[in-house]
Amino acid sequence: MNLLKLIADIEQVDPEFGDRYSFHSRRNLLKFSSKLIAAGIPAIVAGTLNKALAQSTTPSQTAIDIANYALTLEYLEDDFYRMGLAAQGLVPTSDQKVIAQISKHETAHVNLLKAALGTLAVAKPTFKYPTGTFTSYPTFLATARALEDTGVQAYKGQAAALVNDKAILKVALQIHSVEARHAAEIRRILGLKSWVSDTTQTTFTQGGVNLKTLPNVSGISDDNLRGAFDEPLTKAQVLAIAAPFLG
Amino acid sequence: MKKQQLKPGLSMLPGQLEPVWVGRRLFLRYAGALTAGGMLLAACGDEENPTTVTAPVDLGSGDTGILNYAYALEQLEAAFYTQVVASPFSGMTDAEKTLLTDIRDHEIVHREFFKAALGANAIGALTPNFASVNFSDRASVLGAAKAFEDLGVSAYNGAGTLITNPDYITIAGKIVSVEARHAAAIRDLLNPKSADFAGDDVVDPTTGLDAANAPTVVLPIAQKYVKTQITANNLPK
Repeated sequence: MNLLKLIADIEQVDPEFGDRYSFHSRRNLLKFSSKLIAAGIPAIVAGTLNKALAQSTTPSQTAIDIANYALTLEYLEDDFYRMGLAAQGLVPTSDQKVIAQISKHETAHVNLLKAALGTLAVAKPTFKYPTGTFTSYPTFLATARALEDTGVQAYKGQAAALVNDKAILKVALQIHSVEARHAAEIRRILGLKSWVSDTTQTTFTQGGVNLKTLPNVSGISDDNLRGAFDEPLTKAQVLAIAAPFLG
Repeated sequence: MKKQQLKPGLSMLPGQLEPVWVGRRLFLRYAGALTAGGMLLAACGDEENPTTVTAPVDLGSGDTGILNYAYALEQLEAAFYTQVVASPFSGMTDAEKTLLTDIRDHEIVHREFFKAALGANAIGALTPNFASVNFSDRASVLGAAKAFEDLGVSAYNGAGTLITNPDYITIAGKIVSVEARHAAAIRDLLNPKSADFAGDDVVDPTTGLDAANAPTVVLPIAQKYVKTQITANNLPK
């Protein structure tokens, strides 16, 4: 489904749609829903976005900034998988279903965030990719792994800042776990474990609790102690990782 | 309100049995809805045996209640995978054993983490009920594992907005993505290199969003696998 086409359709039903789908205008939401349903717009799309808007009091500038940051990363992921699927002979038949499913989700995330941000949405940047990204499947997969694991870390790093923007937090969490599913699957294709153990991580304290001294964990490896918790990244860390892709 | 402390974190309130029966009705309702929506909970048994349970456990209120909610789910998962690894299903490969052992270890760490973090506010140990799982059968075990992992992901996704302490949101975030990684890996074992690792049954294909369920949806499903009655009437909504 093309959500942008959908938005055009909705605008014919509801001339104020453009306003309403920005963060700042949420009038007549119930009426809006019934109009959408009358117009044959899938209730689930209307419901998801509508609910996010209806539940959100005026979103903070923080939430808008985070949504645009997320949108930038989703633009990159969406572009990356589109390019990969379009590259002749890159993705073997055996892996087509996996890559297509991921690509579908990244497109959906871009559309969802763009629709939610409305006129506040950042434009899609121009991306560039290292040589071989779309001619060598191992390079493509390695890049996919990096993008997905970083995506998980990026959303995680912003979650706490959305504590007062609950509708946005909920959507961010729902995207976050999808990125984790993607990361896990790409890792399996690469022959890696689906979870992360960063061996440079030498502390084992989470939320003030030293995992090493917990009861019943004495036989558990350091890898599994690390793997039990995915670590976040700050915005600056993520943007440094993404910088080589920004044209 | 009269409150009788049985032991730290485990309180008995008057009239506590009634909500359990409400919960039972909720379970029936939600289980039907989920099946209709294609989210199969194949491992759900039919047996209902409320007479064998011990004293009910109440999760409490506020952030503590949500942490206890997570602790309850992690107890369930840890107990499940402990049994899976202790009594491997017929034909379990070395790779599967390694993967399931990793998951078991993660879930034990999660369980012990929540217990330690909650301290005196932690609920007691729950008694699992895996009568509906055939531990010698791969499909039964992996089907249950899939149901538990997807349920866990949807539970954390639904609980994030109920937490007030930002540090706990970060902790929940660190754990939920590990559960999502488990879910994807288990789903890939069941149907390798298909779209199922993030299938349309659990990730909405139009919005690209994973499921997020409220405790009122999750707990009645989890209760099927726990003999101890769990009450959650004071959780944030």
